[in-house]
Amino acid sequence: MTERFQYDNRIVKNFLFATILWGVVGMLVGLIIAVQMVAQNTPPDAWYFWIVRPFTWLGELEWTKFGRMRPLHTNAVIFAFVGNAIFAGVYYSLQRLLKTRMFSDALGKIHFWGWQLIIVLAAVTLPLGMTSGKEYAELEWPIDILITLVWVVFGINLFGTIIKRRERHLYVAIWFYIATWVTVAMLHIVNSIELPISLTKSYSWYAGVQDALVQWWYGHNAVAFFLTTPFLGLMYYFMPKAANRPVYSYKLSIIHFWALIFLYIWAGPHHLLYSALPDWAQSLGTVFSIMLIAPSWGGMLNGLLTLRGAWDRVREDPVLKFMVVAVTCYGMATLEGPLLSLKSWNAMAHFTDWIIAHVHIGGIGWNGMLTFGVVYWMVPRLYGTKLYSTKLANTHFWLGTLGIVFYAIPLYLAGFWQSGMWKQFTPDGYLVYKNFLDTVMEIKPAYWLRALGGLLYLSGAFIMVYNVMKTVKAGKLIADEEAEAPALEKAAAEEEGGHWHRWIERRPIQMLVGSLVVVAIGGLFELVPTFLVKSNIPTITSVKPYTPLELQGRDIYVREGCYTCHSQMIRPFRSETERYGEYAKAGEFVYDHPFQWGSKRTGPDLLRQGGKYGHSWHYYHMYDPTSMSPGSLMPPYTHLYEHDLDTTTTKKKIEAMITMGVPYDPGFPDRANAHLVQQRDEIVAGLKKDNIDAPADKEIIALIAYLQRLGTDIQAKEITGR
Amino acid sequence: MLKFIKGHLTSIDHVDLFPVMAFLIFFTLFIGVLLWVRVMRREQVDHMSALPLADDCTNATSDHAH
Repeated sequence: MTERFQYDNRIVKNFLFATILWGVVGMLVGLIIAVQMVAQNTPPDAWYFWIVRPFTWLGELEWTKFGRMRPLHTNAVIFAFVGNAIFAGVYYSLQRLLKTRMFSDALGKIHFWGWQLIIVLAAVTLPLGMTSGKEYAELEWPIDILITLVWVVFGINLFGTIIKRRERHLYVAIWFYIATWVTVAMLHIVNSIELPISLTKSYSWYAGVQDALVQWWYGHNAVAFFLTTPFLGLMYYFMPKAANRPVYSYKLSIIHFWALIFLYIWAGPHHLLYSALPDWAQSLGTVFSIMLIAPSWGGMLNGLLTLRGAWDRVREDPVLKFMVVAVTCYGMATLEGPLLSLKSWNAMAHFTDWIIAHVHIGGIGWNGMLTFGVVYWMVPRLYGTKLYSTKLANTHFWLGTLGIVFYAIPLYLAGFWQSGMWKQFTPDGYLVYKNFLDTVMEIKPAYWLRALGGLLYLSGAFIMVYNVMKTVKAGKLIADEEAEAPALEKAAAEEEGGHWHRWIERRPIQMLVGSLVVVAIGGLFELVPTFLVKSNIPTITSVKPYTPLELQGRDIYVREGCYTCHSQMIRPFRSETERYGEYAKAGEFVYDHPFQWGSKRTGPDLLRQGGKYGHSWHYYHMYDPTSMSPGSLMPPYTHLYEHDLDTTTTKKKIEAMITMGVPYDPGFPDRANAHLVQQRDEIVAGLKKDNIDAPADKEIIALIAYLQRLGTDIQAKEITGR
Repeated sequence: MLKFIKGHLTSIDHVDLFPVMAFLIFFTLFIGVLLWVRVMRREQVDHMSALPLADDCTNATSDHAH
């Protein structure tokens, strides 16, 4: 019996427009910080001063400095741009693959508006400095809870739709959606366990090495299960549609799916090679990353070979062009990723711009270009018309592709080059580039080219906005698209009988449980040992909890996003110990909630910063970095000299630390502020000796206290009287 | 690598079986998946591959929109 029903296109349209809007916003923020990164302290007599002034002016404001904008950029492109693209693609393809309308229009609306609310909250709170200080998971706890709720709504709608389907078999794209849903839920919940001390401030429950491991287990799998698996699902649906031929090998897609989700979950520790993470966990990350080449390339080849016999159409159809570049970038990034997780390769590339180039091949290549392809494919269909201009879409394609090239190649070179400079010794055994800043100066041309690449890419996106607007104007939204399909008869299942593998293929719940088991086992085997076993983190007796003033200063460090440019992780290489001091030990970080190892050195490592310079150096440097380091790209932090330190939170913060096992005396929270004032006065007195009249109650004093404490515990063994 | 894991997990009984179990679980899983695709019927594969293309019954005007 044939049933008539309607596909809900309105929800798809909403997500699609949100994708475009947030895409432009996210890329624009990226361009702003790309310019800030190279031009922040441009002297007024430079010829281009007024060209870059709007960007550098933003860099001087408290809210729009690099440290706060970088999390905004990453969150906007990952969760707003790519996130909305995922939902648009899922809501479109799921209905058609299952021959049914979505389970609930209302849930779809809640999902849509809930997700946009999260994005708006992120766009407000991140510039205000409300951050948990963990990359790609910066949003504070109330927003984390909101994300969880909206994700559950999405899940109910997803599984509700699967359950009321008219097509018995679940196409492989849907497997990818299911794995995405279940794994993102797990990752988000585990990584977001934090102890709130107010509505806008919390501490990660984990500390130091454990926090790092959980964070990168999350971080890497955010790449895997937010940027990869759902997009593979979209590829498996939209590429056959656009090419008008079935996927190259369905069997390959099955093997590729299970291998991918199983292997990915283990690969996180490759972000922490040569760090203080236990060696066995690092090796685990490397081994699984190498194995990942197989399923990743399985997916890429399956995508490209779907175009067999249709390559002539790639010349004419911009949709296919975008998709070919996207899948090619996917292949490049997923070969490069495993290579970067080899220790020798990682020693060179880690902390440099190489990694930034790598992630953008994934971000603007794979995610961006596939999204554009899907947008150009879907918009005319949703509006029952033709694309306004194929020519403009082609222009967008070339701008996008050139943008990727101009973005990535200079940064690859910059990374390679700078890493070489960091490691270069004279014949006498001294560092050639003693001053970190000298190595930054050398790669500035690459930063300019990168900004140009970003500008090209963003211009392409603006052309898409125009093209989409014109297309929408020419057509009319087919809000409820008529469709018909035979009802699903229960009896048919038994008739066909036969193969045992259909047990899972037709049953979404089994698929859900299967995916969860596969990813949870990987997670458990990796995380549990580090948590249960004390010997994984050797304790160092000289490592003491932070003083109240240092803790306040540390929170300022987190708030300002210092970790976006400075690492606190000295690797055991001579080139690093020579430059920064003793290499990092796991036991040094046991009181760090959250860890602040960082992942990129735009500025030098700060782990052994304590005592390196006097208080006055920091006092001048934070106010105007170029006064101490001429040519520095760091923005001035003048607001720290204006804002009073909020000491009302001190007691709560110390209490929170005690709750998490930091060994302060039981009565200490009540004495904390007295201790804070005492240490503050000492620093002010120290500054006085250098003829600086520093107001004692400003935030800068706390930050100096923290910076001067950094990494000094290890030396404390030798220094008596500390 | 086994000795590192064992050294750190000695508090758990029979912990030396963990890696073997992990290996067995996933070896079985992979063999299972391989068997699965091996025994899939041709017509079923064709049906599954054709699913994305099967929904064009409506809205024919938009087929060649580019």
